[in-house]
Amino acid sequence: MTGHIVIVGYGMAGARLATELHARNGDRKVTVLGAEPHRAYNRIMLSTLLAGKIDEPDVELAEVAGQGTDVRTGAPVTAIDRAARTVRTPDGDLVDYDHLVLATGSRAVVPPLAGLDPAALPPRVAVFRTLADCRRILATARSARTALVLGGGLLGLEAARGLAARGLAVTVVHPHPYLMERQLDPAAGAVLAGTLAGLGVASRLGVPATGLAADPDGVRLDLADGTALHADLLVLSCGVRPDTDLAAAAGLAVDRGVLVDDRLRTDDEAISAIGDCARPPGQGPAGLVAPAWAQARVVARLLTGEDPTARYRPRPVVTRLKAAGIDLAAMGDPTGGPGEELTFSDPARGTYARLRIHQDRLTGAILLGDNPSVGTVVQLFDRGAPVPGDRRALLLGRSLGNAPAAPAASPALMPDAATVCQCNDVDKGTLVRCWREGARTVDEMVAATRAGTGCGGCRQAVGGIADWLSEADSVGTPR
Amino acid sequence: MTDGARAATRTGRPPREAETHCPYCALQCGMVLRDTDDGRIEVQPRQFPTNRGGLCQKGWTAADLLDHPDRLTTPLVRDPSGTLRPASWAAALDRIVDGLRTVQRAHGRDAVAVFGGGGLTNEKAYALGKFARVALRTRHIDYNGRWCMSSAAAAGLRAFGVDRGLPFPLTDLGRTDTLLLVGANPAETMPPLMRHLTEQRARGGRLIVVDPRLTATARQADLHLQPLPGTDLAVANALLHVALTEGLIDREYVAARTEGFDAVRRTVAEYWPAEVERLSGVPVADLEATARALGTAGSAIILTARGAEQHAKGVDTVSAYVNLALALGLPGRPHSGYGCLTGQGNGQGGREHGQKADQLPGYRKIDDPAARAHVAGVWGVDPAELPGPGVPAYQLLDSLGTPDGPRALLVFGSNPVVSAPRAARVESRLRGLDLLVVADFLRSETAELADVVLPVAQWAEEDGTMTNLEGRVLRRRALRRPPAGVRTDLDVLADLAARLDAPDPVPVGPGAGPAVPAGGPVPGDTPDRFPTDPRVVFAELRRASAGGVADYAGVTWERIESADGVFWPCPDPDGPDSPRLFADTFPTPTGRARFHAVRHRPAAEPVCADYPLHFTTGRVLAQYQSGTQTRRVDALRRAAPHGFVELHPDLAARLGVGDGDEVRVASRRGELRAPARLSPTIRPDTVFAPFHWPGAARANSVTNDALDPVSGMPEFKICAVRVERA
Repeated sequence: MTGHIVIVGYGMAGARLATELHARNGDRKVTVLGAEPHRAYNRIMLSTLLAGKIDEPDVELAEVAGQGTDVRTGAPVTAIDRAARTVRTPDGDLVDYDHLVLATGSRAVVPPLAGLDPAALPPRVAVFRTLADCRRILATARSARTALVLGGGLLGLEAARGLAARGLAVTVVHPHPYLMERQLDPAAGAVLAGTLAGLGVASRLGVPATGLAADPDGVRLDLADGTALHADLLVLSCGVRPDTDLAAAAGLAVDRGVLVDDRLRTDDEAISAIGDCARPPGQGPAGLVAPAWAQARVVARLLTGEDPTARYRPRPVVTRLKAAGIDLAAMGDPTGGPGEELTFSDPARGTYARLRIHQDRLTGAILLGDNPSVGTVVQLFDRGAPVPGDRRALLLGRSLGNAPAAPAASPALMPDAATVCQCNDVDKGTLVRCWREGARTVDEMVAATRAGTGCGGCRQAVGGIADWLSEADSVGTPR
Repeated sequence: MTDGARAATRTGRPPREAETHCPYCALQCGMVLRDTDDGRIEVQPRQFPTNRGGLCQKGWTAADLLDHPDRLTTPLVRDPSGTLRPASWAAALDRIVDGLRTVQRAHGRDAVAVFGGGGLTNEKAYALGKFARVALRTRHIDYNGRWCMSSAAAAGLRAFGVDRGLPFPLTDLGRTDTLLLVGANPAETMPPLMRHLTEQRARGGRLIVVDPRLTATARQADLHLQPLPGTDLAVANALLHVALTEGLIDREYVAARTEGFDAVRRTVAEYWPAEVERLSGVPVADLEATARALGTAGSAIILTARGAEQHAKGVDTVSAYVNLALALGLPGRPHSGYGCLTGQGNGQGGREHGQKADQLPGYRKIDDPAARAHVAGVWGVDPAELPGPGVPAYQLLDSLGTPDGPRALLVFGSNPVVSAPRAARVESRLRGLDLLVVADFLRSETAELADVVLPVAQWAEEDGTMTNLEGRVLRRRALRRPPAGVRTDLDVLADLAARLDAPDPVPVGPGAGPAVPAGGPVPGDTPDRFPTDPRVVFAELRRASAGGVADYAGVTWERIESADGVFWPCPDPDGPDSPRLFADTFPTPTGRARFHAVRHRPAAEPVCADYPLHFTTGRVLAQYQSGTQTRRVDALRRAAPHGFVELHPDLAARLGVGDGDEVRVASRRGELRAPARLSPTIRPDTVFAPFHWPGAARANSVTNDALDPVSGMPEFKICAVRVERA
């Protein structure tokens, strides 16, 4: 429908949009301009890369090319000329567009600390956002024994866990009294800190950092209480900020993100924005992939004319931290509001659960540790489906299936109609009758009733019934 | 051992005992049939590598139908008042040939179609394909195996270059360290198979089952993953994602024996466990545990079955599990690999010898000139005379009686009125035909709609071969001759071919398609073209399959009998057969197995406010397929008397439904009514019904006819429904 679509940004949002457009037939040209020098990669896997479990090629994403799609990496965009409908690259090249999609993502926040120049990070200090950041951290980590992570949010903890998996002694420094304060409550934060400690990640909580000093020999992080921490490496994980410079310079409306409507359209009809850089109505925090992909899909449907009524509706956020030894899921707000509250806490095993239910729907949950119900809880929250009548299923997992009682437990207590052999539909009464008619061994009972001749799983149960009958008969119960 | 075949078909002296196999599923349990002195037929299991002396209730009672009062022993022809009445064979066959000629004269050769079944012997499946292409010269032939194995077949072919359900003997299951079953419930569908799983666990192996229901099989598992129906593909991609991030990939194997991994690696990068947990409901921890159990085991087997395959994305779903198996380096390793559990008795052989719309015997492609030349040579026809490919089963049935579709249909060994998706529509298509012919031994629901019903022999009355789920060719042996008035399917095809070869008295009239020349292809050649002795047919099948993917050239009945069957491919009578494939190479052009990058896509019909629940179908232990046979066996009817709708107690409570209450399950295509069966073993967002029953309880009235774009497999396993008290 739209002739030439230009996508600025080749991160997870831009790459997905290129894929979505590619999957839809049509006579159109798509150009993707990515600032980073390499092909698109999965940011989610960077902490696994930090942990040393995979290599760089393993984080690559599938690339679309050909059939009218042109992907250019190492090609940042420096300006948009909305009147001429062109974008400019540093070489001065102009690329015409009929429709422009901004997928410029976000940038790591560098906190205002004494001794820290955001434009030139000192050696041994790194943010954790891109593959290049990851390489920088790894280059230092190879010869490091200790590391500090400033920021105890989701990304900071993932970085900490990755570095600990490499054998570094890691300390997380967090200004709030407990970790992941946006998603957790104090009790969950305490359980999480305990779990992390067991994995080689210490926590220094409730104290902001004030400054740092770094040289080739080490890093010193100064804290507000007057103390200081020393390490071989410092990772800054203090949140992200939508990258809106290009949009703002072009005069688009920007307020903590490029403002877009539910079609992901900016105040210029020829320009859309998706992913971390965009701020659609009702959108939560930046840094999540699922909304970016949902937005890419909406834009693809609109631009190809597949569904002119496609609209983006933000879905509730589920935060998931899963690494060896840690299993955390947080969604909604279970700590307040109307309705009933379910809690379960077993700090010794690092397990904690807090759920809130209102009008038969799950409105929030924190699950930490070994909670077999986590898949069910996530789906119930995500889909707004009614919760189980038996609330224990939300804490103890899956379907609470009433697996049939083991028939061999006590044959005397089994009703005659209880099925012993499923494969041949033989009940206890039939086995008892064949005994009374003279069958005296398991083989004879099997031959007479066919019990145990299918999957063979009930042979033991038949044996149990034979033993019981033989005992009962030897007592000589008069009949 | 007496050869039951020769005894029954040549000397006429009935044998007293026959070593044969069960008539039902693809496990083909070994059994012995005996005539007792009081005129009954006794069934006994025998030791065979697949069933190890076991039989389920269906097998034990299989002989109950031989002398069943419902048994057809005379042809039936519909009279002008619309009633099926007994008729002579001559009258019935004349009516058929007259009808076929009328239709083909007016509408061309392709106006006649043939629909076969996965229960037919190799000889019958072969003869049926030949009959369609040589006697009827129509391109329209397909079979009910399309609804069974086609997704696994297509995925197997594109990955390995060959489609054999299990590329290793079943006994390998008992020796593997980790076994992953995806959408398979053998505890109910093929109980004696569970003996191998019991052995596996007794040796310390781990069993992991993926199923939206806590089935009898899942109850025995060490770990049960209970995904939302329709998300098996995403689960597989997540398992491969975990295998990547945990360093479990067999990089050496991938480099040396496969191609296409990079595209798969980059695609599964999008399927991190937390994302798939949200989609499928399978906890991340369980995905990780499964990937580790597979990736760290000394040996591992991944099996899929209908639960994963009967989807509009069935081929891609199987490919996702094949990718996982390949990335872990499993295929070709001892007690390891990927396989699918074939369903119908001859589901494997039935798809190898020409019943499929696009295939010729030996698993040859009908659009391959070399394949056409070879088979035409065996058949003694000009390759140019062989029709091209037809269309897959559902498309074929859905086109019946429409302006561009066939107007006459011959059905052998199938009951699509019960087993087809969107069955009410298929039923109306069948009613719109000019001529419907059904060969069966019972009045199936499809036979009830026929213009002519031909009574044919049952399994204990015929000789032939079957190819079981392992690709092992087995001997079916006759215990006795068919009752008076009953003929074998081979007899029927020979009789029809002979009549079609006779000069057509009516000159060719105007028609939409190519005209039929009077007189048939090669006059005087008739006796050899459609032999009725299965041994002769098999000899021809061997020649026709020679050099094909499924090469039976070296398989003889004597060789099958001297061993416990023969595994194809077996090109040389004096050479080895092939119990295990892929040890050194894959039968692809490069000798490497091929990865296919696949992505999850939603079910064809998502749930919505009007139809808020997922509906899925399946089987129960005491019934088989459309139930035509098993519903007539007293013991099985007692065990499973009627259809039911399984739903979670929470859902039932919300709907105000109690256990045993009659409920109505409605989709956009139709509805079923059956008693509710409450069970906490199913997800509360999903309802289940078995598909064995006709009428009000017919599950396929509800199912979706969305098709897989590659295999033509319908989406039996998921659609959107509304449930209410009836």
